[in-house]
Amino acid sequence: MTGEALIELRGVQKRYKRGDETLSIFDDLNLTIPAGDFVAVMGPSGSGKTTLLNMLGGLDRPTGGSINFAGSPIEKLSESQLSAWRAANVGFIFQFYNLMPTMTATRNVELPLLLTKLSPRDRKERVKTALEIVGLGDRSGHRPKELSGGQQQRVAIARAIVADPKLLLADEPTGDLDRTTATEILEMLQLLNRDLGKTIVMVTHDPAAAKYAKRELHLDKGEFEERLT
Amino acid sequence: MTDFGLMLAGLARKKLRTILLLFAVFIAFLIYAVLAAFQSSLENATGPSSQNRLVSSNRINFTESLPIAYVNRVAQVEGVTDVSYSMWFGGYFQEERNFLLAFAVEPDSYTRIFSELNIDPAQRQAFVDGRDSILVGRQIADQYGWTLGQQIPVSSNIWRRQDGGNTWPVVVRAIFEGDGDTPTNSVYIPYEYFDEARAFAQDTIGNIHIKTASADLNDQVIREVDALFQNSRAETETVTEEAFNAAFIDQQGNLGLIILGVTGAAFVTILLIVGNAMAGAIRERTGEIAVMKTLGFTSPRIARIVIGETVMLALIGGLIGLAAAFGIVTLGQTVGSQFLVFFGSLKITPEIVATAVGLMVALGLITGAIPAWNAMRVNVITAFRRI
Repeated sequence: MTGEALIELRGVQKRYKRGDETLSIFDDLNLTIPAGDFVAVMGPSGSGKTTLLNMLGGLDRPTGGSINFAGSPIEKLSESQLSAWRAANVGFIFQFYNLMPTMTATRNVELPLLLTKLSPRDRKERVKTALEIVGLGDRSGHRPKELSGGQQQRVAIARAIVADPKLLLADEPTGDLDRTTATEILEMLQLLNRDLGKTIVMVTHDPAAAKYAKRELHLDKGEFEERLT
Repeated sequence: MTDFGLMLAGLARKKLRTILLLFAVFIAFLIYAVLAAFQSSLENATGPSSQNRLVSSNRINFTESLPIAYVNRVAQVEGVTDVSYSMWFGGYFQEERNFLLAFAVEPDSYTRIFSELNIDPAQRQAFVDGRDSILVGRQIADQYGWTLGQQIPVSSNIWRRQDGGNTWPVVVRAIFEGDGDTPTNSVYIPYEYFDEARAFAQDTIGNIHIKTASADLNDQVIREVDALFQNSRAETETVTEEAFNAAFIDQQGNLGLIILGVTGAAFVTILLIVGNAMAGAIRERTGEIAVMKTLGFTSPRIARIVIGETVMLALIGGLIGLAAAFGIVTLGQTVGSQFLVFFGSLKITPEIVATAVGLMVALGLITGAIPAWNAMRVNVITAFRRI
């Protein structure tokens, strides 16, 4: 169910200054990700996978070129505009879950909804639905330390989808999980892509995990090599 | 959940640290409120001053006496409309620790000049007519449960009676209510009843209270009164009532400076403790702040949440401190120790509460400023690399 381009990278450059030296990560990166796609980005350490993810999520800015999201450039948005754009359009899933340790699963999932104008009642309903989608409806009152790694990642996924973003960015989402749990999480991402139409970009080192995506992009020396899975 | 919930979650992150910080703030505001209550009551201990009232005392100092014969001579001075007098009694009730702010006065003229005592006319007349009367302030009456018509023993730790005792039995004939600003923590017995029984220093008084026709005549009356007794055995020093009260307050030491010093030191210490602890708490939460920024929380909003936490901390600790101070002051008031009797109505005034709340907010803002600034500066990418 892929459609029009959701993300377009055109001539993207990314350089870092380290002392007197300038490190070039990307010189001329081009990429199109259609809406509803599920892309796995692989590559050796230092190839720029996470930098790419950060730029797609508006956390980092390209040195040159443009990044369009649904036809609109995001690289020139101000910090506060980018924050609002992220809140509305992007859900993040991290390797180490990054949940708030003092908050229950419900509170963690509700966090992105504080940036919306939804009423407390609607927020409650949304949180309940998101937790049910990830199969944790009965664990809503638990704090992260009372949950297993897989359950914590499910809470993180619920948090990522609760505001109904178009794009999910996952950085090594199974990197801290055992094989069985990792499979459950990857199947869940597949489900979100297939049934809810979420566009997913997943960075991973694991070829087995990459197989769950619709296509794999191999990043090396600042350039993509595409493989269909 | 709201931003308020996020503030609470931040404070609940390390409960022991939060409790210790709350305790530090609690102590600071407890000290502040109690000392401020003392200062406020001391400032009001003498009651409001009247612009056209003067006080004459012995030039050596006001603990030395004056001959009672001076009163009639002062009354003859041009511009003087009324005169009365008083003598420090140094009283207590039953036991010395039940100290009374007691004076022997000429009942009629004294209650006429000090009309702000606010006495029921019938009771005033009973006080004036009764030889063994006592006029009691409402605070004292309530403290000891005295009622009209009750006979009580009032003893002196200065004066002895000719019969060898030191107790003057008196009957409560009037209770004065004050006018709101006037403290009701003193008692008055008729000078004549006191003087005829005392064993020494008879016909001497402590102060002469003078009412002038107008405040404009004060300087002239002061000059003429003091000139009357120049080169006598007991020269007078006449001052306005306002100056007399100010001198009395000065005798208690500069409590304002003490309060400023003590609370200032406490506040600076707590500022450093809370500021440092909050800066540490924000450092610990760098990862969480990075996540919040990733989700779309703006830097100013995160800064507001951090400052909200410190303001909430200061308000919770401070308000508990104020409540405890209220309890201590109430307890102190009922104890009625020898020390407290010199103070007016000891209470946490609305002004003290307002100042304390202002200080709490200021403390919260100052201690939250640097942590909030640090939170705003958290770089998401750098923070995630560290996790």
